[in-house]
Amino acid sequence: MAAPALLLMVAVTVVPVLRTAALSLENYSLSAPGERAFAGLDNYGRILTSDTWWQDLAATVVLTVTSVGLEFVLGFALAMAMHKMLWGRQFLRTIVLVPYAVLTVVSAFAFRFAFQPSVGFVGGDFNWLGETWSAYSVIVLTEVWKTTPFMALMLLAGLVTVPGEVYEAAKVDGAGAWQRFWRVTVPCVRPAIVVALLFRTLDAFRVFDTVYIQTQGAVGTETLSFLSYRFLIRDLEVGLGSAVSVLLFVCVAMIAAGFVRAFRGES
Amino acid sequence: MKRRIADLLVTTTVAVWTLAPIVWVVSLSLKPASLQNDGRFLPASPTLENYTGLFTNPMFTTALRNSVGISLIATTVSVIVAVFAAYAIARLRFRGNGAVLGLALGLTMFPAIALVGPLFTLWTDLGLFDTWLGLIIPYVSFSLPLAIWLMTAFFRTIPWDLEESAQMDGASRLQALLRVIIPVAAPGVVTTFLLTFLACWGEFLFAISLTSTDRSRTVPAALAFFTGESEFQQPYGAIAAAALMVTVPVVILVLISQRRIVAGLTSGAVKG
Repeated sequence: MAAPALLLMVAVTVVPVLRTAALSLENYSLSAPGERAFAGLDNYGRILTSDTWWQDLAATVVLTVTSVGLEFVLGFALAMAMHKMLWGRQFLRTIVLVPYAVLTVVSAFAFRFAFQPSVGFVGGDFNWLGETWSAYSVIVLTEVWKTTPFMALMLLAGLVTVPGEVYEAAKVDGAGAWQRFWRVTVPCVRPAIVVALLFRTLDAFRVFDTVYIQTQGAVGTETLSFLSYRFLIRDLEVGLGSAVSVLLFVCVAMIAAGFVRAFRGES
Repeated sequence: MKRRIADLLVTTTVAVWTLAPIVWVVSLSLKPASLQNDGRFLPASPTLENYTGLFTNPMFTTALRNSVGISLIATTVSVIVAVFAAYAIARLRFRGNGAVLGLALGLTMFPAIALVGPLFTLWTDLGLFDTWLGLIIPYVSFSLPLAIWLMTAFFRTIPWDLEESAQMDGASRLQALLRVIIPVAAPGVVTTFLLTFLACWGEFLFAISLTSTDRSRTVPAALAFFTGESEFQQPYGAIAAAALMVTVPVVILVLISQRRIVAGLTSGAVKG
């Protein structure tokens, strides 16, 4: 009964992925299909020696670390507040789902327009999306707005499983609020923390929609997903674009493996 | 009393932070074209002209039809396939069910952009570029892992003894499935359907990469290429109105089934 699912996943994901790997070894541009030829690792060499790749990797890492870091701190604070709340928890649980349900393209537009000179109400005459640091801020703000609720709900689900007696025992033993947080809450919620951080980090690392709508990769905000898209769809450089995809995949796999190791190592 | 004030403060802050961007888009959508550059948070003289303009703009109406059709078909296929797979994984415990689940999880971590290259070239060769089917196929494949994952989590919470006791009471296997299991599983299927639909409905990367005209462009992609009645003015109001038209219905759906969605979303967090 699982066969159709397996078949579909293999046919429409695994096979194309193998094709991407094969295409990444070709000198293949749709604008000059006659010159298609096997090129070995040439594409990888060209990419890894280009400034663009390293700049885009840095941009992706900076965006990922700042947005996931902020989301985590805000999400944890929100989850703790919701957990302890006597009044209004149900209302909050409902309302935080709004950003989750909003389409990424729509939130990207909402924040772009809000900061756009002469349209938005935030920035006055300053062109936020025209300078590197401010464009980063707007992109991060958009991502944080959109995904903090997911983070908070994941962490709240973990917090709910912590038995109340553990806190009581720690209190009786004279642990302060800070100690209780680090020694009781964090270790108990760790599985939820790891899962939430893993999902969000991998998601943030592949960020595309917000960058596309807000900056088109201008002023140093081009991410790896966007670079791959630019090669593939705009420049029709299938070989180069595929190689970037493969490298992006390697980065994602390394991040995932790192999380799994960190999780196993500690427990 | 102090606690209540603190709770109220937190609730208000979160509500304002969460709703401000939405209110801003609503306000932008209500501004007349002549005032869309006034830089005010709230519209000075609200008008519905952006909305009426939208429904006479074929770019939006066809995109809306494409979005609804493509997302519904892809979601339906995905959920049906996922129900069978998840039933097998949770109930039959066949060999290799860990592999299916592992593959599904692995694929959710996969960068979608890595599929764009081969699908773009393959679809061009097969004539699937810029067609409904050309989007439905990748939508099924990327949403399937999510659907399998959610359905398996739901099926694992079902007390399967019910099925056996129904059979002991003389029900056939099919009757047991139809009368006992499906009613219990239905909420899980609905939630999975909704979350899967949400993923397809908002998808952007395939939608701009594998389409080139109104023929199959979905609303998220169309928004990126939106032009108003005059080409020379960026139609902020029209974009805002269109954005709301596709956002408000799903937000309402999500809020209605809020409790189940939270359970589905966080099913990974608790088991670790």
